[in-house]
Amino acid sequence: MAVITYREAVGRALREALQDERVFMMGEDIGRYGGAYAVTRGLLDEFGPERIRETPIAESGFTGAGAGAAMAGMRPIVELMTINFSLLAMDQIINHAAKVRYMSGGQLSCPLIVRTVTGGGASVGATHSQSLEGWFAAVPGIRVAVPSTPHDVLGLFRAAMLQEDPVMFVEHTLLYSTRGEVEDEPYVIPFGRADIKRSGTDITIAAYSRMAVVAMRAAEQLESRGISAEVVDLRTLSPLDSETVVESVRKTGHAVVVEETWYTGGFGATVVGLIQERAFDYLNAPVGRVAGEEVPTPYSRYLEQASIPDEARVIQAVEAALGR
Amino acid sequence: MASGDKLDGAQLIDFYRRMLLIRVFEERSAEQYMLGRIRGFLHLYNGEEAIAVGAISSLQPTDYVVTHYRDHGHALAKGMDPNAAMAELFGKATGCSKGKGGSMHLFDLEKRFMGGHAIVGGQLPLSTGFALASKLRGDGDIALCFLGDGAINEGEFHESLNLASLWKLPVLFFVENNLYGMGATVEQMLAFHDEIYKFANGYKIPSVRIDGMDVLKVREATQEAIAHVRGGNGPFLIEAMAYRFRGHSMADPAEYRARSEEERWRMRDPITTFGASLVDGGTATQEELDEIRTEVEEIIDAAVQFAEDSPFPEPEALYDDVYGGM
Ligand SMILES: Cc1ncc(C[n+]2csc(CCOP(=O)(O)OP(=O)(O)O)c2C)c(N)n1
Ligand SMILES: [Mg+2]
Repeated sequence: MAVITYREAVGRALREALQDERVFMMGEDIGRYGGAYAVTRGLLDEFGPERIRETPIAESGFTGAGAGAAMAGMRPIVELMTINFSLLAMDQIINHAAKVRYMSGGQLSCPLIVRTVTGGGASVGATHSQSLEGWFAAVPGIRVAVPSTPHDVLGLFRAAMLQEDPVMFVEHTLLYSTRGEVEDEPYVIPFGRADIKRSGTDITIAAYSRMAVVAMRAAEQLESRGISAEVVDLRTLSPLDSETVVESVRKTGHAVVVEETWYTGGFGATVVGLIQERAFDYLNAPVGRVAGEEVPTPYSRYLEQASIPDEARVIQAVEAALGR
Repeated sequence: MASGDKLDGAQLIDFYRRMLLIRVFEERSAEQYMLGRIRGFLHLYNGEEAIAVGAISSLQPTDYVVTHYRDHGHALAKGMDPNAAMAELFGKATGCSKGKGGSMHLFDLEKRFMGGHAIVGGQLPLSTGFALASKLRGDGDIALCFLGDGAINEGEFHESLNLASLWKLPVLFFVENNLYGMGATVEQMLAFHDEIYKFANGYKIPSVRIDGMDVLKVREATQEAIAHVRGGNGPFLIEAMAYRFRGHSMADPAEYRARSEEERWRMRDPITTFGASLVDGGTATQEELDEIRTEVEEIIDAAVQFAEDSPFPEPEALYDDVYGGM
């Protein structure tokens, strides 16, 4: 057991992955600069410029090059500096990487990992603070991992390396410096297994990425108010572990779904839909939803804070669902 | 024949046969479309056969080919079984893509035919990826990427040329300049329309413009380009001037262009002119060429029959191949 940061966990996962000769990395400033979030620092010296490939600022071009190399038998890991810039690579991810297996009748596959960074809270304004991972999760043919802890980063990245399909590996900007325990043995966390980060009996709080951390803090405070909340961290949006969510809600009879992005079209709506379809008879109250305010993320500190869900809003939603 | 490439009579006749195979495939496809057996978009390659045959015949079997949605000619030239191609157009389970792709999305991994891609420009980044994979592994394989003049307007063209040049990737970009992208002329859409091949020079990629209606000229230029690319000198770009004899797709009556323009280009039909040169040069007799036509028609008619007789995919196939195994 060791305690490492989320950033270190990604770095460790990448070093492990690079032991495979088919693996190489591409992205903007991932070499000498060390990555915009300092995740890839040191990799250039260790693995050399053939395998740690710094690209021009051309997201569609290099993401597509990654997709092509994956189709030709390599195992590329592409870093998109933030998920906001994935919009310039959308064509390659959605029209090409996600489609080629199906459209070729199973002949081609595209085991491309796209690592990127989601979320707000860093005072970088509306173009740099979005949480778009749910959009990818809506597309068949792609997998989406959204780890919330260093432990999950390592286990999920190892699982990502075993996928035969494109994976969006979505890290959170505010989690990089968080710390957590990781086991020394090389464990794998298979995709599609949500994690009950905290068990409880009164209500289920389903969340992912940084909102799972927020949900945990809310649950601690709720405990002191006599409410026992179960926190289900989805860990992957695709595949979604519907079983664990449904089982938890059947047990607690109440649910709140939390996410950082906008209410309209948010991934949380899919989770709520699932709960009402499969656990309706167990529900004692409507399912609550906590989501980001429906505005472009503002720059100014207090406005930005007001736009992103926090513990207080989760607690409020939980109490409303429980009729307190 | 100007190049060092020594072609014997049998090879020349084989080029004729390959071009004709594509032409007859397209003719039959059009008929089957009118009968309602082929649906959706159907983009025919009539008039551009010299490009697919001249270029692809210069490759090694393990070289990659990737192209746009006007892909039947490239697929057949790379060796795709006409039965599998026609069955795909029919949406049948025996199609090369099991009926999941259709006319615009033919694939044959075994032949390293890496697809028809229907998003204009989308195949360019992929082609650099094939070339990168080959380079990293030291395979010696190159990627041949076909694109239309219209694709030059897309950012993916420019991003891919830059990357390929920076990283000296073994990729040959092949622009099929047929003067139109749907109904728009290159003059209307490209500021630098009169010398498209020079776009490459902005990325320090050498390039040439050639006549795309002459299979031997295409082959000669492609071989020179391949020597450059395979020699580790980075990418190359060829612009071949050509003309599509039919509308953009079967849905297009091509009312935006003059019939006289079409007639002028049809005079230069790559198959009839090449056939005539074979007869004039004493390489083949007209009877031999007629026999080849009969053979080719038999192959394609059999492909139509195969497609017609094949089953549609079972409903259970709907969820096959969305994801691979763990
Ligand atoms: C990104 C994108 N935009 C638009 C289209 C619609 N479209 C299909 S073909 C085409 C024209 C392409 O012309 P060109 O590249 O010259 O190829 P050609 O059809 O002449 O072979 C257009 C606009 C598309 N398929 N993809
Ligand atoms: Mg064109």
